[in-house]
Amino acid sequence: MTAVDDRPTTEIGTARRRKEDARLVTGRTRWTDNIQLPGMLHLAMVRSPFAHARINGIDTSEAKAAPNVIAVMTGQDIADIQGVNITAWPITTDQVNPTHLPMPLERVAHTGEVVAVVVARSAAAARDAAELVDVDYEELPAVLDLKAAATDEVLAHPDLGTNKSAHWQLDSAAQGSGGDVEEAIAKAREGGIVIEREYRQQRLIPAFMEPRSTVVDPTGEQVVMWTATQAPHVLRFCIAATTGLPESKIRVIAPDVGGGFGGKLQSTPEEFITLAVARKLGKPCKYTETRSETMVSAHHGRDQWQKLTLSAEKDGTVTGLKVELLADLGAYAALVGGGVPVLGAWMFNAIYKFPAYQFNTTNYYTNKTWVDAYRGAGRPEATYAIERLMDELAAEVGVDPLEIREKNWIRHDEFPFTTVAGMTYDSGNYEAATARAKELFGYDELRAEQKRRRESGDPVQLGIGVSTFTEMCGLAPSRVLGSLNYGAGGWESASIRMLATGTVEVVTGASAHGQGHETAWSQIVADRLGVPFENVEVLHGDTQIAPKGMDTYGSRSLVVGGEALVRAADKVIEKAKPLAAHMLEASVDDLEFAAGRFTVKGTDKGVGLTDIALSIWTGHDYPEGLEPSLDADATFDPVNFSFPHGTHLCAMEVDTETGATRMRKYVCVDDIGVIINPLIVEGQVHGGLVQGIAQALWEGAEYDEQGTLVSGSFVDYTLPTTADTISFVTDHTTSPSTSNSLGTKGVGEAGTIASTPAVVNAIVDAVRHLGIDDVQMPCTPERVWKAIQSAGGTQDAAPAADAQSHFGDGAPNQDPAAGTTDGAAQ
Amino acid sequence: MTRISVTVDGVSYTDEVEPRTLLVHYLREVVGKVGTVVGCDTSNCGACTVHLDGRSVKSCNVLAVQADGHEVTTIEGLATNGELHPMQAAFHDNHALQCGYCTPGMIMQAVDLLRENPHPTEDEIRQGMEGNLCRCTGYHNIVKAVAAAAGASERSDA
Amino acid sequence: MIPAAFDYVAPTSLDEALSVLAEAGDDAKVLAGGQSLLPILRMRLNAPEKVVDLGRIEALRGVRDGGDHVAIGAMTPYADVLGDALVREHAGLLARAVETVADPQIRHRGTVGGALVHADPAGDVGAPVLALDATMVVVGPGGERTVPAGEFFRDLFETAVGDGELLTEIRIPKHTGWGSAYEKFVRVSHQWSIVAVAATVRVEGGSIAEAKVGLTNMGSTPLRATAVEQALVGSSASALADACAAAADGTNPPSDLNGDADYRRHLVTVLTRRAVQKAMEG
Repeated sequence: MTAVDDRPTTEIGTARRRKEDARLVTGRTRWTDNIQLPGMLHLAMVRSPFAHARINGIDTSEAKAAPNVIAVMTGQDIADIQGVNITAWPITTDQVNPTHLPMPLERVAHTGEVVAVVVARSAAAARDAAELVDVDYEELPAVLDLKAAATDEVLAHPDLGTNKSAHWQLDSAAQGSGGDVEEAIAKAREGGIVIEREYRQQRLIPAFMEPRSTVVDPTGEQVVMWTATQAPHVLRFCIAATTGLPESKIRVIAPDVGGGFGGKLQSTPEEFITLAVARKLGKPCKYTETRSETMVSAHHGRDQWQKLTLSAEKDGTVTGLKVELLADLGAYAALVGGGVPVLGAWMFNAIYKFPAYQFNTTNYYTNKTWVDAYRGAGRPEATYAIERLMDELAAEVGVDPLEIREKNWIRHDEFPFTTVAGMTYDSGNYEAATARAKELFGYDELRAEQKRRRESGDPVQLGIGVSTFTEMCGLAPSRVLGSLNYGAGGWESASIRMLATGTVEVVTGASAHGQGHETAWSQIVADRLGVPFENVEVLHGDTQIAPKGMDTYGSRSLVVGGEALVRAADKVIEKAKPLAAHMLEASVDDLEFAAGRFTVKGTDKGVGLTDIALSIWTGHDYPEGLEPSLDADATFDPVNFSFPHGTHLCAMEVDTETGATRMRKYVCVDDIGVIINPLIVEGQVHGGLVQGIAQALWEGAEYDEQGTLVSGSFVDYTLPTTADTISFVTDHTTSPSTSNSLGTKGVGEAGTIASTPAVVNAIVDAVRHLGIDDVQMPCTPERVWKAIQSAGGTQDAAPAADAQSHFGDGAPNQDPAAGTTDGAAQ
Repeated sequence: MTRISVTVDGVSYTDEVEPRTLLVHYLREVVGKVGTVVGCDTSNCGACTVHLDGRSVKSCNVLAVQADGHEVTTIEGLATNGELHPMQAAFHDNHALQCGYCTPGMIMQAVDLLRENPHPTEDEIRQGMEGNLCRCTGYHNIVKAVAAAAGASERSDA
Repeated sequence: MIPAAFDYVAPTSLDEALSVLAEAGDDAKVLAGGQSLLPILRMRLNAPEKVVDLGRIEALRGVRDGGDHVAIGAMTPYADVLGDALVREHAGLLARAVETVADPQIRHRGTVGGALVHADPAGDVGAPVLALDATMVVVGPGGERTVPAGEFFRDLFETAVGDGELLTEIRIPKHTGWGSAYEKFVRVSHQWSIVAVAATVRVEGGSIAEAKVGLTNMGSTPLRATAVEQALVGSSASALADACAAAADGTNPPSDLNGDADYRRHLVTVLTRRAVQKAMEG
């Protein structure tokens, strides 16, 4: 008897509609800000309007006297329990780290830093009184520009004596994974090609849609914190490690969380302040930020200058790549912080067979909002640089950009392939993805149109951008993290509870915030255990329900957490087997398990897994020496990363009269291994694409000379809308990953990583014939138009064929006249 | 405090509110309609979109006192007799949501869009949804869902 | 996100509104559609003691035929202006501009009168109203007066509407049969205009008999490109560039994240040519 006759034969690969949607489309959601508790107090933060200032005094008397105000606290008032916002990844043992107190006592180091908190009976009363807090600031010189920070002329933290946090290098000759890059470049200067560029990765704001919110209830035996976080487990650790509250006394709950993109993996000052205030007052407290507060205080992403030297033979065969990054950490080393640029270290060489490689990053502090992981974290920066460079190399050699890539990429029959950076790519097929993408794109027709427009001098020019990306995801093998001085592991945990009445509870340590884990995890378990999809309940995001976890970021949930789930399911089956044998009066060796049933080989005798669960729940009759339970836990620590790849093709129209750009067509063919749910995958790709496209075209966090975030609201931080975007053409090739039993690779970040260079390559391609070889991101109409106006004054002003260095005499490599307002202003 | 009477999702409420209370805060905190959410402070994101007398508005941009004597429909009032509204069903079928935070506003605006233009082109859908920001979906499936819902109503018209 | 506290009054007649305003003096702020005012209050960029809501004065709403002009009540929401047959037929330029304002939700609440009195130079209704030679009806304690659009915009966020006065009606002379276009340049669609050009033309025998051109965000107020208008007379669609090259003359555009003043001066010439071209096509 079964109620699931229409169940697909396998769940994996089926476009299941999401379980999560039922509550989300009807408004029955549990966002943190929805929570109301009896006697709950509301917090409003008083934030610094200055980028760098000494706090000479804070007069809270007027605010304290305001109606319905319960307390006003400064850093001094919570100094004993406020804890510290720590970094998990000091990339070198001598990394310089400023202490990051949730509420500083003496000095603020960026605009928006919290200096006092008002606690009142309503959010309105708290906001009213916050305006009455009188802070006596003594303004200090602020360092805002990354390149200026590198000179140490003005210090972000005067007590540290330097702005430099750390320098980190990967050198293929030193680690034995390749040749000497300096030799390769020197040789190319003699008779080959040297491409030298400097690219800007502008500062971005993750801009998840749900503003952060935290509710703390200190009244029970455990302090309970509901918070809009991607990382409840990591947060609990950080609280326990720095506030004196034992880990066992803290319960962190991430209820419905409205997006993160890395932006909610932080353990934030606001969470720590809310916790401290609630503990001091013994009352439940809520803090919900405004969007303007999100923009200035939640961590930002990217923000690098990338100095790049690529060497090649005359025919375009690459011989070396040297990467020198300057990375802006903002005012403090955030949780991943200085490690974000390091995450790109293995990816600049990408899919190409460079014989020699060197990666350097030097990280600096400035008096701006702290910087941490934003969708892709380190890998978009790497992909952007190499995919832009490959286009430049193609232009230099005079061949199609796809041809130069094909000449240099790893062929499908060369996998597994150990790269010059020392990573072993397990599987991939760049030829297949590219062929499919070209076909879907209509590559040759668009090239023909491009030619026609050029020849006719059409004011609207057409460009085609290529990005044949790869990334490493599934963070991460714990031993690798340990060797990199990262403060935690990269394992993931799963538990399966077989309930007596036939349903299954799955507990995952990967805390979702929009990815659809509840659906995909149900599919995996339904297949593995042979139970109906509907009968699987996925629980997550609460340290009491899911006590172990490393949470969700770095495209890790499925490849690491999914594998933990498979292993837990296999343990359930293993535990059930002797019980089945007992019930069937057969030998375990004679049993087969399929579609949720154990059967005795060669007979029609069998028993269902859920029947065993009921039997074992009663405990009336089971073999001695066994425990009466089918439940199982598994913790999976990956042995390798996974390496999704894909070919993205983008056609952009450039209006040469205004500099406006318009996307004509976007095709991507991604290889992300085995797909659990194509619907969810497609959604992840679409969303990722638009975030990457947005970096290319629209977004940028801009500061003025005073250190005020000018793009501090959705009016000025220009997120795209439906009207600014197009429908995409997506497809897949499949080379299963060999590093996990499902064969999955991870897709959360792929679209974002791949799309940015595809778009910029297309814009440059549209106007390259006018003498342009770069437009700084975001490629605003003004920048594009100015690049056109000053064409010839761009990076390749001198003929590149002479392989002359453009980095001599410390001269800036970027011509400010070429529309580089961002770099010029900062 | 000012006394207001507002019909929300078919039920009439009478409350004393401060005049400065935004409609969205009234809905969430007084009436308990927490399905309607706040995503920004500049009226750009549209997450708080509800219908006021049958027209879509951003409820952060309306004072509760301005709604006195008027009718409000939120995402929680869209389904009838336990049946999803066709737009809600279309969002589910087309995977037009991920984290779901923008979804209530998106759906409310999409319903309004089809009220004004029952058979929109893709371009008209894209123009008509420009007041709602989403960070997860890249909009592709949202546009698809609205088109699907329009197609569904077309079929039921026939 | 929470405005500072204020007193609220919603008069139901114009007389009542005027007397409330007279009583409150400087401390009152008039609430029309609220789509610009409420964000300002939420961000606490302004904290009036009293908010006077005109939303309950029915007389200020609606479009009527005034004979030689179309009369638009100051409290008519954008969406109603957009859907109005009189406006479409006789003041097409205004409809073209209104359909680009913000987004559908904002257009349901925001009003033409509110936007004109708010006088944001990047707002989209100032330039067309100016180009269409509209007349503004302003009512105050001393009675009613009319102000030509050319004298209405005084400066950034400043108009001829004085303390205690209200804009009640916008009278647009009928431009029946004129072609019109509003060329708005933005980076993302929900942005304020970086630059926009409102153009309306009367075409006779394939060339321009009369042209009117207004500019958005090229200075502290909407501007009229008079030199371009004169130069356009007699032009055919294929020879507009020279006449439009003067579009930036006498302008003083801002510099911001979206573009510096020079870029805007360039943009306005291109957009003017395109707007006029489109206007000639209908």
